[in-house]
Amino acid sequence: MPLLENGRIVADGWTDVADDAPCPDKTAIIVSPDRLEEALARAEAAPLGVRLAPEDDVALLRTILPRLGLVCVNFPTFRDGRAFTQARALREHLHFTGEIRATGPALPDQYEFMLRCGITTVEIPDGSDPAIWEKAHRRFTVAYQPSVLHEKAQGFGFRRFLDA
Amino acid sequence: MSETPVTVPAPAVGRYAYDQVDRTFLHERVEQFRDQVARRISGELSEDQFKPLRLMNGLYLQLHAYMLRVAIPYGMLGASQMRELAHIARTYDRDYGHFTTRQNIQFNWIRLEDTPDILGRLAGVDMHAIQTSGNCIRNVTCDEFAGAAADEVLDPRIHAEILRQWSTLHPEFSFLPRKFKIAITGSPHDRVAARFHDIGLIARPGDNGRAVFDVYVGGGLGRTPVIGVLLRDSLPEEDLLAWLEAIVRVYNAHGRRDNMYKARIKILVQALGIERFREEVDAEFAQMDRARYRLEPAIVDAIRARFAVPDLHAPADAATRMNDARTRVPAFDRWVRTNTHPHRVAGFISAVISLKPDEGIPGDVTADQMDAIADISERYSFGEIRITHMQNVVLGHVRQDQLHALWQELLAVGLATPNIGLIGDIIACPGLDYCSLANARSIPIAQKLSARFADAGLQERIGALRINISGCINACGHHHAGHIGILGVDKRGEEYFQLTLGGSGENDAAIGQILGPALPEDETVDAIAALIDAYLVHRRDDERFVDTYRRLGAAVFKDAVYATA
Repeated sequence: MPLLENGRIVADGWTDVADDAPCPDKTAIIVSPDRLEEALARAEAAPLGVRLAPEDDVALLRTILPRLGLVCVNFPTFRDGRAFTQARALREHLHFTGEIRATGPALPDQYEFMLRCGITTVEIPDGSDPAIWEKAHRRFTVAYQPSVLHEKAQGFGFRRFLDA
Repeated sequence: MSETPVTVPAPAVGRYAYDQVDRTFLHERVEQFRDQVARRISGELSEDQFKPLRLMNGLYLQLHAYMLRVAIPYGMLGASQMRELAHIARTYDRDYGHFTTRQNIQFNWIRLEDTPDILGRLAGVDMHAIQTSGNCIRNVTCDEFAGAAADEVLDPRIHAEILRQWSTLHPEFSFLPRKFKIAITGSPHDRVAARFHDIGLIARPGDNGRAVFDVYVGGGLGRTPVIGVLLRDSLPEEDLLAWLEAIVRVYNAHGRRDNMYKARIKILVQALGIERFREEVDAEFAQMDRARYRLEPAIVDAIRARFAVPDLHAPADAATRMNDARTRVPAFDRWVRTNTHPHRVAGFISAVISLKPDEGIPGDVTADQMDAIADISERYSFGEIRITHMQNVVLGHVRQDQLHALWQELLAVGLATPNIGLIGDIIACPGLDYCSLANARSIPIAQKLSARFADAGLQERIGALRINISGCINACGHHHAGHIGILGVDKRGEEYFQLTLGGSGENDAAIGQILGPALPEDETVDAIAALIDAYLVHRRDDERFVDTYRRLGAAVFKDAVYATA
């Protein structure tokens, strides 16, 4: 599936490893939480990412997070907004600075919300028009509350300027 | 003679005045919706994909047409905004609108292709339809006598506006398990049903002069009526947003998503128990970046400065002149008894315009009436209009010496029905006349009851009474909270109505109890009349209907309705 970053399609350097597949060496891989220890024990250190289920508590990653380069959060449907809370908690509570990737059938109209919760890349559904996502990326200049992006305050209240 | 004042141009009295940043925000959102509608009309978006997008802008698809629900933040409107609503009713709808129990307005006959232009016109008067539907934080409701009531200790509208801004397109909370409703009051007399909200806030001044809040959580009506519990007392103002963030984060992470009927926060609070829920909120609060969410006094004061304050000076003889008119004109006197509320400033009074005329549809207003209300509000109440959760209109600051002239003007446009808080002041959901969820029609029952008890003298003799009608168990008419609740049910394809007694949404919050088997429509109005007759026989002194019911229990009333059947 195409991967989106900053509104543009980018190359995906990560390999998603299914639970019943072996963990390859020398490759940036994404595994489920159960296999993190196994993946860390690979012969040569290669980038490691984890894919969370919507019901997972991100606090479980607290000790291992410094060794991870990527966390995937999932939208099982676009109506299920738990990934927003997971992403925001990864940034705000656990100070994670790596890539947070959204998977699942989210809508371009949710892109701004994702970015402001700390999600950096989005796997967009096959057949989805990247131009609409790109437009959504630059669409808005004002928001009404602070976010993990630490946007510049705008006058009074909690209003923020969004950088395009 | 009472004095007829001249019209004055209205600043944003009692509400937040937009600046260019707020207008830019709205403009960008209107353009987004214009794109989405174009994508739908071209077929690029399916109805299934379009649905969540239109719902984020208050656009529902009902039985016969699209319905657009426009937000009226904490129920406050300016005269020019009301005129724009009248224009929309006239141009894009069938010449009327419907005020709702969330203090919003609904237009029932909207064409999809007109909606971007309607939202554009609304933006022109600093209004929108954002978050009037969908699984997000809905319009924050507020005491209709805010900033005016004699019994108020803190004007809640400033904090209502702060909550409005904070929750507007909140990136984390726009796809919650289910809708989320917040109410706020600054009076010890709860007029917002704080205990029937996802979060209910009761504000008062704290020791340092800044606001503090008692926070109720997990109340609600719907299929599972629950009275909210006190989660936190005396929450300091500076922690208000952080604490609410913590509550909604816990809800977003843990609220049920497998069953929409068990997805409200009340179910989560019940499942965890209030102690565990509080621990979860405490844990979130303890680790969050509090500096980011701290509600500094300077922020509150900057928002407060955007609210224009009315100049409340009345002549020394204002009360005397009002009382003279009351003595001379019995019909005016009756209206003052039922349709006014004490004001905090001597010589002023708050007036309630009933939107429940005899045989009318509760909450419906014609475009001409909207214009009339706008004009009248400019002459008598600083151009400030409040929509109430009882689906009426309040003019908050009326000089007592001008009240008689106001009443005469209302009389001339058919808006002087003297029934506030009485049996004719019925709350009804749209029911099967409009709504695809309904089992039964609510509006005809409301109209028949209104006709049966049209006599103003009879209404006043019956006294304080709240009738709430819902067309299905989703309880949009809040039947659980009515002294008399009427619930439409489907019995083998026939519309039947179940009666509940003893509910209340105020300080004595209670959930009404089912009286007996459901009745067909033509027997329901007779049954209500029988309940009233029984009450009049058994009441003591000035006892309200609900108090008589609570003292005697259901038996007397059950006999009255079912014994002869």
